[in-house]
Amino acid sequence: MTVTTTATSTTTANVSAATASAAASAAATAEATGPQSLTMAKALNTAMADAMRADPSVLVFGEDVGLLGGVFRITDGLMAEFGEQRCFDTPLAESGIVGMAVGMAINGMRPVIEMQFDAFAYPAFEQIVSHVAKMHNRTKGALKMPMVIRVPYAGGIGGVEHHCDSSESYYAHTAGLKVYTPATVADGYRMLREAIDSDDPVMFMEPKKLYWSKDQVDLGALRAEHDAGTSTEGRAAVARPGTDATLIAYGPSVPTALAAAAAAAEEGRSLEVIDVRTLVPFDDETVCASVRKTGRAVVIAEAHGFASVSSEIVARVQERAFHYLAAPLLRVTGFDVPFPSPKLEHYYLPSVDRILDAVDDLQWED
Amino acid sequence: MTIHADHSAPETVAGDQAGDVRAKFGISVEDYMLPARHQIQMVNPDGTLRSKDEQGTEPGHEYPTPGDSELMAAYERLVVGRRVNDQNSALVRQGRMAVYPSSHGQEACQVAAAMCLQEGDWLFPTYRDAVAVMTRGVDPVEAMTIFRGDWHSGYDPKKYNVGIQCTPLTTQLLHAVGVAHAAKLRGEDTVVMAMCGDGATSEGDFHEALNFAAVFRLPVIFFVQNNKYAISVPLSHQSVAPSLAHKAVGYGMAGERVDGNDLVALMAVMDRAVKLAREGSGPLLIEAHTYRMQAHTNADDATRYRPDSEVAEWQAKDPLTRMKAYLTDKGLLDDAASDRIAEHAESVATQLREGLGEDVPVQPLDLFKYVFSKPTPQLKEQSDMLAGELARAESAGNTDNSGTESAK
Ligand SMILES: Cc1ncc(C[n+]2csc(CCOP(=O)(O)OP(=O)(O)O)c2C)c(N)n1
Ligand SMILES: [Mg+2]
Repeated sequence: MTVTTTATSTTTANVSAATASAAASAAATAEATGPQSLTMAKALNTAMADAMRADPSVLVFGEDVGLLGGVFRITDGLMAEFGEQRCFDTPLAESGIVGMAVGMAINGMRPVIEMQFDAFAYPAFEQIVSHVAKMHNRTKGALKMPMVIRVPYAGGIGGVEHHCDSSESYYAHTAGLKVYTPATVADGYRMLREAIDSDDPVMFMEPKKLYWSKDQVDLGALRAEHDAGTSTEGRAAVARPGTDATLIAYGPSVPTALAAAAAAAEEGRSLEVIDVRTLVPFDDETVCASVRKTGRAVVIAEAHGFASVSSEIVARVQERAFHYLAAPLLRVTGFDVPFPSPKLEHYYLPSVDRILDAVDDLQWED
Repeated sequence: MTIHADHSAPETVAGDQAGDVRAKFGISVEDYMLPARHQIQMVNPDGTLRSKDEQGTEPGHEYPTPGDSELMAAYERLVVGRRVNDQNSALVRQGRMAVYPSSHGQEACQVAAAMCLQEGDWLFPTYRDAVAVMTRGVDPVEAMTIFRGDWHSGYDPKKYNVGIQCTPLTTQLLHAVGVAHAAKLRGEDTVVMAMCGDGATSEGDFHEALNFAAVFRLPVIFFVQNNKYAISVPLSHQSVAPSLAHKAVGYGMAGERVDGNDLVALMAVMDRAVKLAREGSGPLLIEAHTYRMQAHTNADDATRYRPDSEVAEWQAKDPLTRMKAYLTDKGLLDDAASDRIAEHAESVATQLREGLGEDVPVQPLDLFKYVFSKPTPQLKEQSDMLAGELARAESAGNTDNSGTESAK
């Protein structure tokens, strides 16, 4: 095996070596001003660190989130900076993690918890559906659930089974949960800060294939935006303006939609790309305004199409913009099959070509 | 098929059990269910046999030493298992396998878990138990298909009586309970080996599985490989029980601790557990103390959470060198036998290199083929759509199917 750590004879020594550098890097990010190149992973990490600095009731816990910094390193350095009281590893039990978070939220804390992978949140489904989602309603608002459940989700990384599920529809279907999913580095920061601030429970779906995507962002400006109370909840973004048809996408599908729009532009077709950002609450206004303008739309999602967020979007748009439509709305989604093994996943995932085919089918000749 | 459903109600079971235990072992049911005061260990790391009174055995916790031919057969599987682990790790480094959670260091557990079973028995493995799966008789290439990444499993569980390797932690333990219960209802004496790791014992399904097995008095052996870590999290964060084996008494079953790098002790403990389970004594919980010598998987960096010195300490307790020294001292293993075993191990490694190296073309339409036993019209439609894409890509002279590739 490869062992690279220098002469450290005890676990504690190892710990401090690994975490000291993580803490130093977190501190460096904290001070940075002006545009810098940042990954989605670092943006999410910085959002948690900033929230923890601002509010001592914010806690981070889950599996491997402490010393290791999470299997995706999204919580890297938090234990070093904030101590084991505020960022810690739990026993290996997802229902336990969520259920304990419910109790902590009842008793004055703001838990930000991590499910290691999409499919490993399923043992916690009962706690999420029966308690996290319903507590506020059952108690007529006496008990709030200010908690964030972070879920790395979806495919595109060649992961093995149970590591690539698109589980957002289960949560979106559950009344009482807000569901956020960022697609850009800046939104990673913005939306996680807002989720932590929220008094409602937020399922924070992180497209794992975008963790290492980079962008130029100005953290100082994002912090100022946060402090001024700017909100993205229920606000879709126009990721690329266009006039001929609308591509409606969220999370992992946004970059695919943008690539399709770029390809279409070369062929003289102008596609507008909408990044939904928060699935619940849903921004009917922005989405329908775009479709009313273009008259045509394709909804794109990695999840299975049947009984999904994408079906909900189609239903809502036709209810509100039917008379503006020049063609039925079409969808490009994952097939209704279990997420496939690594060598087959590219046949499953929505692709630029499939999106362009769908756009071609939007009855242009009529 | 005759279904027998004559298992007794829980109250009767508990009552019987105390009486049975006293009659059989002359000790109280509590002393039977609590693990012996020390772990069972028969061979020292240097290969010397421990004296009888140093093996950790006690009244009611007695383990006869396995026979020579059984030990030689087990040693051969041990050497093959190590070779397979290292071959697979190499295939991952070469990019020919997607991932491999190696059981390097835990091969004695892997071998014992499979070898103690009889023909009709079942094994329920985790992602880390590929060597046990193979030892149980599954074709090596079929056993590793899951890690090559072309399908989620490569073998027919019913052909081998081996469940598919399970990743959602401890969910398979309940399947093991169900298989045992069905067999019991049919009047069969099937024993089921249900495997999990130390970290996994924190999951809710672990609790439910043990309780069900005990209440229905089923012949299930819960075999926990305590390799000290769940990815980065040490056992001290999972449980503060005196040992994981101590959990057994809380469910009303017997627990035992065993040196998981001592193949002799493992075979002894597992053989007796299988015998007791088959005789109708109900489930047992066995905790094997071992160590994961490599990172959790190739994607993990173990230096972040454990010191080199700890790894070195366990290197000295390696199950292979120990067994080799023991068998050599006993005069069972000579150079000729060693060479023959090494040759066997090498042939399995070659089989893996050839079977997993060759780029078997994937069948995209298989995506739809196995979702249901009776296909739906919707899936037929989706399958036709993909077939159309593939045909267009091919006629465009695009054999690599890049036409369906997702945007990066
Ligand atoms: C329900 C569930 N939660 C989380 C995971 C992610 N995960 C995979 S292996 C693992 C650690 C398991 O540790 P342990 O049970 O000790 O087995 P080991 O890997 O050490 O063999 C974790 C957390 C999972 N597979 N299933
Ligand atoms: Mg372990």
